[in-house]
Amino acid sequence: MNKGIVVIGSFGQFFRFLIQEMKPRGPWLTTFNVISIPVILTGLVILYFRFVYGLGSVTNLTQETPWGLWKGFNVVVGVALAGGAYVITFVVYVMRMEKYHSIVRATVLSGLLAYTFYAGTLLLELGRPWFALNPYIGNSFGFSSVLFLICWHFLLYMVAEFIEFSPAIAEWLHWEKARKILKSLTLGTVILGITLSILHQSGLGALFLMAKSKIHPLWYSEFIPILFFVSSIYAGLAMIIVEGTLSRRVFKHLFTPDHRHSFNDIIFGLSKGAAITMFVYYFLKALLFIHDKQWTMINDGWGYWYLLEVLGFVLVPGFMFAFGFRNRSLNIIKTASVLALIGIVLNRLNISVIAFNWYVVPHYFPTWQEFVVALTVIFAEIWVLRWFVTRMPVFTSGHGTQRAGN
Amino acid sequence: MDRRGFLKTSIVVGGCAFASNKLNAQETRDSEEFVGVLVDTTRCIGCRACEVACGEEHDLLVPDVINDGALEKHRKTSDKQWMVVNKHATEKGDVFVKTQCMHCYQAACTAACPTAAMNKTKNGPVIWNGSKCIGCRYCMISCPFEMPKFEYHEWNPKLQKCTMCYERLEEGQKPACVNACPTDTLMFGTRLKNLEIARHRIYSHPDQYVHHIYGEHEVGGTGYIYLSAVSFDQIGFRTDLGTTPYPEYTKEFLYGVPMVLFGVPAFLLGLNALAGGSEQGIDGEIESDTGKGGASDE
Repeated sequence: MNKGIVVIGSFGQFFRFLIQEMKPRGPWLTTFNVISIPVILTGLVILYFRFVYGLGSVTNLTQETPWGLWKGFNVVVGVALAGGAYVITFVVYVMRMEKYHSIVRATVLSGLLAYTFYAGTLLLELGRPWFALNPYIGNSFGFSSVLFLICWHFLLYMVAEFIEFSPAIAEWLHWEKARKILKSLTLGTVILGITLSILHQSGLGALFLMAKSKIHPLWYSEFIPILFFVSSIYAGLAMIIVEGTLSRRVFKHLFTPDHRHSFNDIIFGLSKGAAITMFVYYFLKALLFIHDKQWTMINDGWGYWYLLEVLGFVLVPGFMFAFGFRNRSLNIIKTASVLALIGIVLNRLNISVIAFNWYVVPHYFPTWQEFVVALTVIFAEIWVLRWFVTRMPVFTSGHGTQRAGN
Repeated sequence: MDRRGFLKTSIVVGGCAFASNKLNAQETRDSEEFVGVLVDTTRCIGCRACEVACGEEHDLLVPDVINDGALEKHRKTSDKQWMVVNKHATEKGDVFVKTQCMHCYQAACTAACPTAAMNKTKNGPVIWNGSKCIGCRYCMISCPFEMPKFEYHEWNPKLQKCTMCYERLEEGQKPACVNACPTDTLMFGTRLKNLEIARHRIYSHPDQYVHHIYGEHEVGGTGYIYLSAVSFDQIGFRTDLGTTPYPEYTKEFLYGVPMVLFGVPAFLLGLNALAGGSEQGIDGEIESDTGKGGASDE
C-alpha cells in the first residue's frame, strides 16, 4: 500500500516535470517564429483540404507524375540529407575516432527527427494512409517490392536511432540506471543502423529502377542504388557542417568556447571525408557517362542541366572541400557544403520529379500549396529539434559535463 | 562450433534461403494457363461498343459514342475509363486501337506494390485489392504502360485499371468488351491459343500484317496481344520497352539485401575489434572529455 502511494507520488512528480518542460522557453518573437508560425498554420489548413477533397485539390500531381514535391523533396532528398547520422556513428563507435564524439548526439537527434518527419510526410502523401500499417501486419507483405523493404527499414531505423539517442533522454530525466542499460545497447544499434542505412539509402535509388522507360537516360542507370548510397555519405557530411554551423550560431549559449575550437577541427576532418566521397561519386558518374555513351545526349537543354548538376554541384564543391581542407579555410568548406547540398537536392529531384516522364508536356510543377506543406514539415521539425536541444544534453553530449553543470 | 557460432550461422543461412524463396515465387507460375485477349487492329472499325460495355459493366463513365467526338483527339485511360479507343493516322489510313491494362506476365505493378494489393491472379488478370492498398502510387511509377490511375479528387481514393472483368471470368463469361465487339477485333482465350491464331493470321496474310505480335515478348510478355497492319510506333505503342520482365530490374538489388543485412554487421564488428573496441569494452561508453582531448591534440 505504502509502495503504491510512493509510485503514484513519483508519477505525479514526473508528469509535473514533463508539463514544466513542455512550456516554451526563451524569447517568443524571434525571426524564425514570426516566419514559421504562419507557414505552419497555413500548412495545416491546406492539409485539411487535402484530406477532405483528395490530393488533387491541393497538388498538381497527375496520372503521369504520381510523385511530386512531397515525395521527391521531403522524403527522397530528406533521407539523403539525414545520412550524417550513420556516417558519424560509424566513425565514432565502429572506427573509434574520438575526435568526432562531441557531435554524435546532435547528429543522431537530427537524423531521428528527420526520419520521423519524413515518414510523417509519407503519411500525408499516401492516398490511403489509414492502411499505412499494412506492410507491417502479416496479411499483406509485398516481398518482391523495394518499397516494402524501405517501409520496414524506415521503421527499424527510427527505433535504432531512438535507442542511440535515448541515453540523452535518460540523462534529462535523471534515470541513471536506464542510462547505463541504454548506453550498453549503443554499439549494437549503431551497427544495425549503419546496415539499414546502407540498404535504404541505396533502396531509395532502387525504387526508380523500374521506371527505366520514364527517366531521362542521362539520369537512369542500373547503378542508381550505388550512386544514391555514395552520395548520401557526402550529403550527410555536408549537412553536419551546415547544421552544426547554424546551431552554433543560434544556440550560442549552449556551447562552451572550447567547443567552438574543437568543432572547427571537426569541420576540417569532415571536409576531407566529403572531398574523398565526392571524387568517388564523380568518378562513378564519369564512368557511367563513358560506358553508356552519354555524350550523345549532352547537347541540349537536358544535357546542360545534367552538366550543371554534375560539374557545378559535384566536381566544383569536391575541389572546394579538398582546397578548404589543405588551406584551413572554413569559409570555403562551408560554401562547398551548401553547394554539395544543392547538388544532392538537384540530383534527387531530377530522378524523382524533374527528369521523370521528361517527355510529358506540360511538365509537372508544384502548386504553392505543395511548397507550403513541404516547408511546414521542415519548420515543424525545427520546432521539435529546438525543444530537444534546449532541454536535453545534446550538444554537451556527456554525462560528466551534465553533472558538472548541476 | 560453439552455440553462439551455430546460432549465427543458422540465422544467416536460414535468412538467405528464406529471402531467396520469396523472390523466386514470381517464376513458379504456370504461364500456359494464363488467359488474355488478342486485339487485331486491322479489324477495328472504331465503333467504341467496347468502351460503352466497359463503362456499364464497372459503373464507370459510359461515353456518348455518337456525339462526344472523342476520336478526334488522343485520349488516355483515366480513373473514369479503364479502356479507350483511339484513332491513329498511318500510312495505310486510319487505324483504331483499343488500349487498357496489358495484364503482363510478370507485372511491374505487382512487384512494386509493398502490400501485394496489386496481384496477378492465377488465371491471368492483374487486379487491385482495395483492402490492402495504402495509396503509395509506386505501381504508377513502375508500370511501363502507365495503366493504374489514381483518383486524385477523392478523400478515399482507389486505383483504377482494367481487371479483364475478373468477376465475369469466374462465372465462365468473356470480358464485357470482348462480348460487345461486333467485328471480332477482340478474341478472348488462353494466351497460347491467341498467339497461335495471331501467327496463323500473319502467315496466311503476310501482306496485311507486319511480322510482329506486340505483347508476345514486350516486357516479358503480356496478356493482351496486338496485331497491326503498320509498325506499332505509328499506332501509339512504345517500342522501346525491351523484352526484360520489369521485376527483373529490381531483382538483383533485392537479392543483395540479405547479403548486406548479414555481411555488413559482421564486417563492422570486425572493424570495431580492429579499432580497439574490445579493449575499451563493447558498451560504447565514452566520456565526453575525450572528445575535446582528441581535438586539442592537433
